[in-house]
Amino acid sequence: MTPLMEVHDFAVGFGSAQPVKGVSFDVTAGEMLAIVGESGSGKSLTALGLIGLLPSHARKTGSIRLAGRDLSDLSERQWRSIRGREIGMIFQEPMTSLNPVLTVGEQIVEVLRIHDKIDRRSARKRAIELLDLVNIPEAGRRIDDYPHQLSGGMRQRVMIAIGVACNPKLLIADEATTALDVTIQAQILQLLDNLRLNLNMAVILITHDLGIVAQWADRVMVMYAGRKVEEGLPQPVFEHPYHPYTRGLLAASPRAEVGQHYRDGPLLEIPGSIVSSLHEKGCAFRPRCPDARASCGQAVPPIKLISDGRYAACPLVPSQFGRVSHDALVGA
Amino acid sequence: MTSSQSTALSPSLLVAVGRSTEIASPPPDAAEAEKEWSYTRAPDALSARSAYQSRRGLRREIRIFLTNPNAIVGVLFLASVVVTALLAPLLYPGDPLEMVSRPFLWPGQNADYPLGTDSMGRDVLAGIVHGARISLTVGIVATALGLTIGIGIGAVAGYFGGWVDEVLVKIIEIFQTLPNFVLLVVLVAIAQPTVTTVTAAIGIITWPTVARLTRAEFRAIREKDYVLAARSLGYGHARIVFAEILPNALPPIIVTSSVMVAGAILMEAALSFMGLGDPNRVSWGSMIGSGRDVIRTAWYLTALPGLAIVFTVISLNLISDGLNDALNPRFSEERR
Amino acid sequence: MTLLSVHNLSTQYSAGRGTVRAVDDVSLEIETGETVALVGESGCGKSSLGKSLMRLVEPTSGQVTFKGSDVTAMSARELRGLRQRIQMIFQDPFASLNPRQTVRAILTAPLKVHGIGDGKRRREIVEKIAEQVGLPPDSLDRYPHEFSGGQRQRIGIARALILEPELVVCDEPVSALDLSIQAQILNLLVEMKQRLSLSYLFVSHDLSVVRYFSDRVLVMYLGKIVESAPTAALWASPAHPYTRALLAAVPDPAKRKHAAPISGDLPSPHNPPSGCRFHTRCPLATDLCRAEAPRYRSFGENHTVACHYAQ
Repeated sequence: MTPLMEVHDFAVGFGSAQPVKGVSFDVTAGEMLAIVGESGSGKSLTALGLIGLLPSHARKTGSIRLAGRDLSDLSERQWRSIRGREIGMIFQEPMTSLNPVLTVGEQIVEVLRIHDKIDRRSARKRAIELLDLVNIPEAGRRIDDYPHQLSGGMRQRVMIAIGVACNPKLLIADEATTALDVTIQAQILQLLDNLRLNLNMAVILITHDLGIVAQWADRVMVMYAGRKVEEGLPQPVFEHPYHPYTRGLLAASPRAEVGQHYRDGPLLEIPGSIVSSLHEKGCAFRPRCPDARASCGQAVPPIKLISDGRYAACPLVPSQFGRVSHDALVGA
Repeated sequence: MTSSQSTALSPSLLVAVGRSTEIASPPPDAAEAEKEWSYTRAPDALSARSAYQSRRGLRREIRIFLTNPNAIVGVLFLASVVVTALLAPLLYPGDPLEMVSRPFLWPGQNADYPLGTDSMGRDVLAGIVHGARISLTVGIVATALGLTIGIGIGAVAGYFGGWVDEVLVKIIEIFQTLPNFVLLVVLVAIAQPTVTTVTAAIGIITWPTVARLTRAEFRAIREKDYVLAARSLGYGHARIVFAEILPNALPPIIVTSSVMVAGAILMEAALSFMGLGDPNRVSWGSMIGSGRDVIRTAWYLTALPGLAIVFTVISLNLISDGLNDALNPRFSEERR
Repeated sequence: MTLLSVHNLSTQYSAGRGTVRAVDDVSLEIETGETVALVGESGCGKSSLGKSLMRLVEPTSGQVTFKGSDVTAMSARELRGLRQRIQMIFQDPFASLNPRQTVRAILTAPLKVHGIGDGKRRREIVEKIAEQVGLPPDSLDRYPHEFSGGQRQRIGIARALILEPELVVCDEPVSALDLSIQAQILNLLVEMKQRLSLSYLFVSHDLSVVRYFSDRVLVMYLGKIVESAPTAALWASPAHPYTRALLAAVPDPAKRKHAAPISGDLPSPHNPPSGCRFHTRCPLATDLCRAEAPRYRSFGENHTVACHYAQ
C-alpha cells in the first residue's frame, strides 16, 4: 500500500539554530500516527512544516509528498488550496484559534465556501451536518453561537468540524487535547478516532502524553532534539522501549496502575534537560544518557531497523544497556 | 510489586534524590562526561547557553538601543543641545537680552553675530544658546514633576483598586476633560509668569497621562503570579509596589517620558510665544514671539529658534522610539 | 496531629452579572507530615480553595484553623507571621518569578521581610537552599529568563521553602513541565518534604501524579468535595461516580480504545445544578439527586463520599 504522505529528511532551521534536523516518516490513509516528544523536540515545527505554515524566514530542506505530489516547493497560493482541503489542522488552544467576533456557523461556512463553490444555504446546511458529526448537541441552534458561549470541549469540537469540513485526507492535531480536562479529553480522542475510521482520514496526533499514544495511536514516533529516535507500534514500543530516551520517559512517568507511591522510592529521572546545538557531533541524548559511551560522541546514530516495523536511533544493543528490567519498567 | 520495582532497576538509570550535592556540582567537561554521566545531571541546556548571555545580559537593552541608527542621531543631537545649554554662560557671558549691535543683521552679514541680530539688536545665536537652557530645564523638570505625581497617583489607584481607584480615576478624568492648554494659560495667568510657575503648571497638566498609564500597568501586573507570590511571602505593600511591580511597569513609562519632555518644551514655547513666559529670560518660544511681527521682512528671526525646537523635539521622539524598541522586546523571550 | 483544619469554607467571586461560588461549604483537615491532594477539573475551585485557606483570596464565610489559631480572624500583622508557616508553589514557573530580579534577590527578600539573620547569614541561607534544590552555584546572580522551566520551578520551590514553612500549598507545580523534568521536580518535593518535615496540599488535575505523590485525596466537583479517601483506597474502590469517571478517563495503555467514561461538560459555575451537582452527567442520577444534595457518608476508614447511591 503506498503511503498517503511521505516525508523525507525534512529539516527546519532559523538563523544559527536547527530545531528540526532531518526526520523521515510516512503516513498511510486512515492511520493514526502519534508523534511524541517534549518541548524542544521539534514535533510542532514538523507539523507546521507539513501544512506549509512555517514562518517565512525558516529554512526548509527535504521533501514532503502527499499522494505522490511534491509539496516542498509550493507557493503560498498553492498551499492555500492544500490547507483545509487536503490537510486539516487543529491546534492546542481552541479559544484563540476561533475568531471571537464570528459565530461558529459563519466560520465553518467560510471554510466551505473558500474551497468549494457552494451557495450560502447549502454551506449552512453542511455546517449543521458537520456540527452534528462532531457530536455537538442541538447543532441547528449551536451554529449561531459565538465561541465564548461554548465550553472548551465544545470549541475544540468546532475546531475539528472546521478541520474536517472539506474531507481532508490528513488531519494534524497539534496537542489538541492538552488544554482540556481529562474527561473531555477522552471524549475528543474518541471523536477523532471515530472520524478517521468513518472518513478514512489519516490523523497525525502530536502530543507529549504517552498514555494517549498508547491508548489511541496505530503507530508512534518518538522525537528528541529535532530527530526521530524511535518508531514502532505502540504496544511493543511501550512494553519494550529500545532507545534510552524512550526508556527514560516511560520510567519517569508515575505508574498509577501498579500503585507506585513516593513512600516506596523516588521516580526515575532523566537528568538535565533537552540539549540541542547546531554543531553537535554525536547523539543529542548522550549528555543525559545513562548508557552513553565514548563512541556516542563520534557521529549521530542513524535510525535503523530493529525488527519488523520497529526503528531506533541507538547503536547499542539491549544487552549493552543498563540492566533495566523491562518488566519492571512497564509493571507487567 | 512497587518495592521490587526500584530494586530491579539499574543503578545507572536511577538518579535518585538525596544526591543534590552532585546536582549542584559544576558540570563536568566533555571528556569526564563520557565516564560519569550516569551519576550527575547534565548541565541545563538553557542555563549553559545563557552563561554567555548573562555576562553582557544586563546591558542588553542598551545594546539594542545603541544599534538603532535613528536613536543614535537623536541622542547625538540632544547631547549637543545639552552641552550647548551647559556651556551657555561660557560661550555668551552676559545677558542675551542686551542690545549688542545694530538691529536686523542677517545671518552671515557680520562674522561676530553668525546668526544675525533681531529687531532690538540682540544676538540671535546668544538667544538660542541661552534659550536652550530654559527649554531643557522646563522640559526636564516639568516632566519629572509630572512623572512623580502621575506615578504616585497611578500606582496607588492601580495597586489598591476599589474605592481608592474610583476616586483617583475621577480626579484624573476631571483633569483630562479640561482642555490642556487653556488650563495651562489660566494657571500661568493666575500666578506670576516665572520659569518656576511655568514649569509647575506644565507638570500639573501632564501628570494625568502618566497616571493613567501607570494605573493600567499596575492593574495588569498586580494579577501576575509573582505578585501573588510576594503576598504569600508576607511582603508589605511598599515592597510589593516599589520592588515587585514598579520595575516591571517602568518600560512604557520611560518611553512616554521622553515624549513628555518634547511636549513640555513645546508648551513652554507656546506660552512664551503668547507672551506668557518669563519676561526676564530668553527662550526659544519668546524669540519666535518677538520675531513674529517682522516675519515678512526678517523671517530668520522666527525660523532659527523654530528649527531649534523642531530638531530637539524630533530627536526626543527618535530616542523614544529607540527606547521602545529596546525595552519592550525583552519580554518576547519570556515565553518560548 | 491536625495541622490545618477548614470548616464550612466558602469563597465567592463576583463575575460579570452574578457571583460564582468557587468554593462552596468545604471542610477538610491536613495532618502533620501528610500530603493531601486536591483533584478536579479546571473550574472546580481547587485553586481557589488553596488560595482561600492562605487568605490570598478572602473567603466569604467559614473558618480556617492552623495549629489552633484562627486564620480567618487574623489581622494583617498576624497574617504576615502566618506567611512564614504556610507557603505556596505556583504552577507557571514563567509567571511566578519577577523577571527584573536576580535569583539571589528573589531568595533574599523573604528573609529580609521577616528579619531573619544579618547580611552574611542570609547569604549562607540562600546558598544552602539553592544547593538543596539543585540549582548550580553560579545561578544566583542570573535572571529568571535565563533558566529553563524545570530550573525556574526549582527557584520557585527554593523561595517557598526558604522560610522553613510547615505547610506548602503546591498549585499544579509540575503540570507546566515536560515529562522528563516532572519526575525531577516530584522527587525534589519528596526529598524536601522529608528533609524539612513538611506537609503538602497538592492541587492537581493529573491523576497519575496524584496517585504517586499523595497520601490522601480529596476529589472536588463544582466547588464541593465529593469524595475523600486515602490514596490507595480511592484507587482500589472509588465510590463516587465522578471519581470513577475521572479515574477511567486517564489514558491507559491497557484500555485501548476505551469508550469515554462520561459525556457532557462541566456545568457553568454561575448557575450550578440543583441537588447533587454531578447529576447532569451522572449515569446513576435519579429524581432524588436532582432534588436533594447528598450528605457525606462514611465509606470505610477515612473514606467519605457525598452520593446518594455510592456503592
